[in-house]
Amino acid sequence: MTAPLGTLTELREALDAGGVSSAELVEQALARGEAQQRRLGALVGTRAEAAREAAAAADARRARGELRSPLDGIPVALKDNISQAGAEVSCGSRILAGYVAPFDATVVERLDAAGAVVVARTNLDEFAMGSSTEHSAHGPTRNPWDPERSPGGSSGGSAAAVAAGIVPLALGSDTGGSIRQPAAFTGITGLKPTYGRVSRYGLVAYASSLDQIGPLAHGAADCAALLDAIAGPDPRDSTSLPTPAPPTLPELTGDVSGLVIGLPREYFVEEGVDPEVLAAVREAVAECERAGAKVREVSLPHARYAIATYYLIATAEASSNLSRFDGVRYGHRAECDGLTELYERTRSEGFGAEVKRRILLGTFVLSAGYYDAYYRKAQQARTLLRADFDAAFAGCDVIATPTAPETAFRIGEKSSDPLRMYLSDVYTVSANLAGLPGVSLPCGFAGGLPVGLQLLGRTLDEATPLRLADAYQRRTEHHRRRPPEAT
Amino acid sequence: MSKASCNQDWEAVIGLEVHNQLATDSKLFCGCSVAYGSEPNHHTCPVCLALPGSLPVLNRRAVENAIRAALATHCTVNERSVFARKNYFYPDLPKGYQISQFEEPLATGGWVEIPTDGESGEGEARRIRLTRIHMEEDAGKSIHDAADVTRVDLNRTGVPLIEIVSEPDLRSPEEAGAYLRALREILRYVEVSDADLEKGQFRCDANVSVRRRGESELGTRTELKNLNSFRFVEDAVRAEIERQIEVIEEGGEIRQATLRYDPDRGRIHVMRLKEDAHDYRYFPDPDLIPLAIEAEAVRAARESLPELPEDKRARFQSEYGLSAYDAGQLTASRGLADFFEAAARAHGAPKSVANWVQRDVLAALKEREVELEATAITPEALSMLVKMVDDGRVTARNARPLVAVLVETGGDPEALVQERGLEAVSDTGLLESVADEVIAANPKAVDGFRGGDPKVLNFLMGQVMKKTQGKADPGQVRELLARKLGG
Repeated sequence: MTAPLGTLTELREALDAGGVSSAELVEQALARGEAQQRRLGALVGTRAEAAREAAAAADARRARGELRSPLDGIPVALKDNISQAGAEVSCGSRILAGYVAPFDATVVERLDAAGAVVVARTNLDEFAMGSSTEHSAHGPTRNPWDPERSPGGSSGGSAAAVAAGIVPLALGSDTGGSIRQPAAFTGITGLKPTYGRVSRYGLVAYASSLDQIGPLAHGAADCAALLDAIAGPDPRDSTSLPTPAPPTLPELTGDVSGLVIGLPREYFVEEGVDPEVLAAVREAVAECERAGAKVREVSLPHARYAIATYYLIATAEASSNLSRFDGVRYGHRAECDGLTELYERTRSEGFGAEVKRRILLGTFVLSAGYYDAYYRKAQQARTLLRADFDAAFAGCDVIATPTAPETAFRIGEKSSDPLRMYLSDVYTVSANLAGLPGVSLPCGFAGGLPVGLQLLGRTLDEATPLRLADAYQRRTEHHRRRPPEAT
Repeated sequence: MSKASCNQDWEAVIGLEVHNQLATDSKLFCGCSVAYGSEPNHHTCPVCLALPGSLPVLNRRAVENAIRAALATHCTVNERSVFARKNYFYPDLPKGYQISQFEEPLATGGWVEIPTDGESGEGEARRIRLTRIHMEEDAGKSIHDAADVTRVDLNRTGVPLIEIVSEPDLRSPEEAGAYLRALREILRYVEVSDADLEKGQFRCDANVSVRRRGESELGTRTELKNLNSFRFVEDAVRAEIERQIEVIEEGGEIRQATLRYDPDRGRIHVMRLKEDAHDYRYFPDPDLIPLAIEAEAVRAARESLPELPEDKRARFQSEYGLSAYDAGQLTASRGLADFFEAAARAHGAPKSVANWVQRDVLAALKEREVELEATAITPEALSMLVKMVDDGRVTARNARPLVAVLVETGGDPEALVQERGLEAVSDTGLLESVADEVIAANPKAVDGFRGGDPKVLNFLMGQVMKKTQGKADPGQVRELLARKLGG
C-alpha cells in the first residue's frame, strides 16, 4: 500500500483498464505520504476525508462513462500557498497559524472541474521565499534522492512529493525559479507558465508581478495535461491574460525537426556553474539536435543584471504584499499593549528570518530617496531584459540553459549565506522578469543527483518548450529514473 | 469675515483636497455593497478583508463616474493612469496599503468656477484651478470606545472615492466654502455622487499658508485633516490663518505639520510634524494593469453629461433675462433648475415664475426642511397659479399661501382657488358698491383725506380689501377710491 504511485499516464491507463480505482489511488497516496513524511517532510497536511469523497465521486463518473478530463480521479497535491476552502493555508509561516481559508483559488476550482482529487498540501519556503524549502515553520523538506540534501525551493514539498511517488502531479508556484529549480533538484519536470496564463486568484502573493502557478510531474506530457486543466483567462485576476489557452497536450507530437534552439552565450561559460551540470546540458542539447532541432548561439546582454533586478522588484512587492499579516483579522496575534506593539510583536514572532530580510530589503528600496535608485532602476533593467529576449526569440524558438548552476546542495549548506543562496536562481529569474514560460526537465545525473535542463519559450507559447521536452523524453530515460527507496 | 483673514497686511493661500464617494452599487475592487448604515463588517468578502490570495478587480462603473466628474470640472482625462499602493499600517486598512493613484492620475488640469468674494454674490465668477483628480479606495472605520478598546468596521473599506486636488488658488475661508459648495453642486449635477456630507461622502483636507500682501513666494503650509462640513472648513481655515499670522507677527516660524481642528472648542491641534510624516512608499500596484481610457469613451461620456451649472447660469441670464444672482439661486441644484425651467416654459413669463420660485417655493421648502424632489409641487401647478395671478384671477396675497399647499399636498391650483373662494373680484359694480359703503361708514377718514393726509387712503383701501376677503385687485381699488374721493 505504500508503494510509489506511477506517472499520470500510467495511472490513467490503469484506471481505464479497470485495474485500480480512484479510491484506491487516493488511499495509496495518503499511505505513501504518511510513510514518507518522517523521512522527507514533503507534506504539511492531508485532505483525507474530502479526497475520499472526491475519489468516490470520480469512480462513480467513470462507471457512468462521464469522465470530466484526463485528470479525473487522479490524486494531486497543492503547494501550501494556494487557497482552498476549509483548508489551513499556512504558507510555511507561523504568522498564519490557525488560518482556515474560506475560499478556493481559481486553480482549485479548475482542478475540481477536471475531476482531479487534491489529497495533500505541500511544504514550501515561508511565503515562497527561498530556494531550499528549509525556511518553513513546518521544518525542512528533504530530497528523495538524498535526504541530507535540499529538494530546492520554494516548491520543494511539491517536487519531493512527485519525485517520491506520493502523487503523480502537484501544483507549485514560481516567482524566480521556485518550480523549475526544485524540479531540477528532484529529477522531475516542472513548468512555469507565461505570466498571466494561469490565474493567481487564491495564490498567496509573494511578488505579484512575477508569481505564477504551474505544474510539477514526471514528464512534459503530464505537465501539459495539468497545465491544460488550470490555464486560461480569469475575471478575478486582472493580470490574467485575456487570450484563450488552447490545450498544449495535442501539440506534443514528438516532432521537433527544424525547431531552433538558442543557446545564450552569457549562460554557457564555465564560471559559476558545476562543469558536470554544464556537460549534461550540452549533451541534452546535442540529443535534441539528433532529434532534428537546430542550435544557434543567441545573446542576452542584460542577463547579468537579472539577479539584482529580481531581488529588488521581488522584495519591494513582497514588503507590501505581506503588510496584511498584522494580527488584526486572522492568524497569529501577539500578546501586546497597544497598536504599535501589536504590529511589532506579531510580525517579529510570526515571520521567519528570510521573510524579515526580504521585507526589510523591499521596504528600503521603496523608501523616499531610494525609489529612483533601486526600484525604478530595476524596472528599467527589467524592460531591457525583456527586449533581450524579444531579440533572441527573433532568431530561435526555444532558449536552453541549465536550470540551476549545480545539483541539490546539502541542507544547511547555504542557509547562513543568503547571497550564495540567491545566486542559485541565476538561470531562472530572467523568465519571471520577462514573463516567459519555462520548463525544467531532467537531463542526466551528476554524482548520483539529477541535473535539470531549462527550456524557455516565447510569451504564451508553452507548447513549444513542452513539445521539445516531450520529444527529448521520448528518446531518453532520465525522467524515468526514480530515487532509491528507503531501506 | 474675521479680522485676520481680511487683514490688510496678510493674504491667505488655500488649496483643498476633497475626497468624494462615487455613486456605485458596489465597492471599487470587489462586489460588496456600499450600503450605508448596515451592521459592522456585514459588507465584506475575501478581497476587502484582504484574505491571503485575494485580488482586486476594478469596478468599471466607478471609472465611468470618475470620468464624468473629471469632464464636469474641465479636466483632461488621461489615456493611461496607474493604480499605486500607498503603504501604511492601520487596523482599518486591511491590506496594509490603500490602492490609490500617484504618479499617473486619472485626470489633470481643470477648474471649478466660484462667485467672487463680494458679499452680494453679483460679481463675476472666478476660476479655481484643479491640479488633478485621482481614484482611490476608502479605508474602514475605527471606533474607539470609552473602555480603551478599538473596534474596526470594514463596511467602508474599498468604497470608491475620487480625490479632487485644487491648486492653492483660494484666498479666504469664504472662498474655500464657496469652492466646496460649487464642487459639490457639480458632482451632484452630473450624478456621479450624492456627496452627502452627513454620510461622509464628501470630506475635505485643507492646505493653508499665509504671506504678506504683494509677496509672490508661498509661505510654509500646514494641512488640516478631515473637515466634514462646510462650516468646519471655513471655521478651521479661519482659525489656522489667524494662528499663522499671530505666530509670524510674534517673530515665530510656521512649521510644516498635519493638523486637526476641534470644532467644539475652535482649536487647532498638531497631529504630526513634517519630520514625523509617513513615507508611504508608493509604487504601481502589480495586481492591477494600467487603466486605459480610450478617446471614444471620453467622447461618449462628454456627450452624456447634462448641462453644467455654470452653463445653465449663463443661459438663464441670456435666455430668461434673469440677473446673475437670480440665475445663481435658481441653478443651486439640478432639480430646482429643471423645476424652474419647466414652470417658466409652461407659463411663458420666466421672470414672474422666477420670483415665485425664489420667494415662495424656496421659503416653503426651507420652512419644512425638505428637498424640492421630495414634495408634491409640480412645475405645471406652480405655472398655473402664477398665471392666474398674472391674469388677475387671484391676488398675489391670496395665491401665496397656496404655494405651501402645493408643496405639502399638491393639487390643481384652479380647484384650490375655487374651493377656497379666492377668485379675484373683478366685478366693477360690486367693487363700487363696497367702496361706497366704506366711504359712507368712515366720514372721519374721508375728511382726513380731503384735508391732505394721503395715509388715509391706505386705511380705506384696507377696509375694502377686508370686505372683499383680499380678492380685489389692490391697484383697481386704489384707483376707484381715489376717483370717488377726488370727484
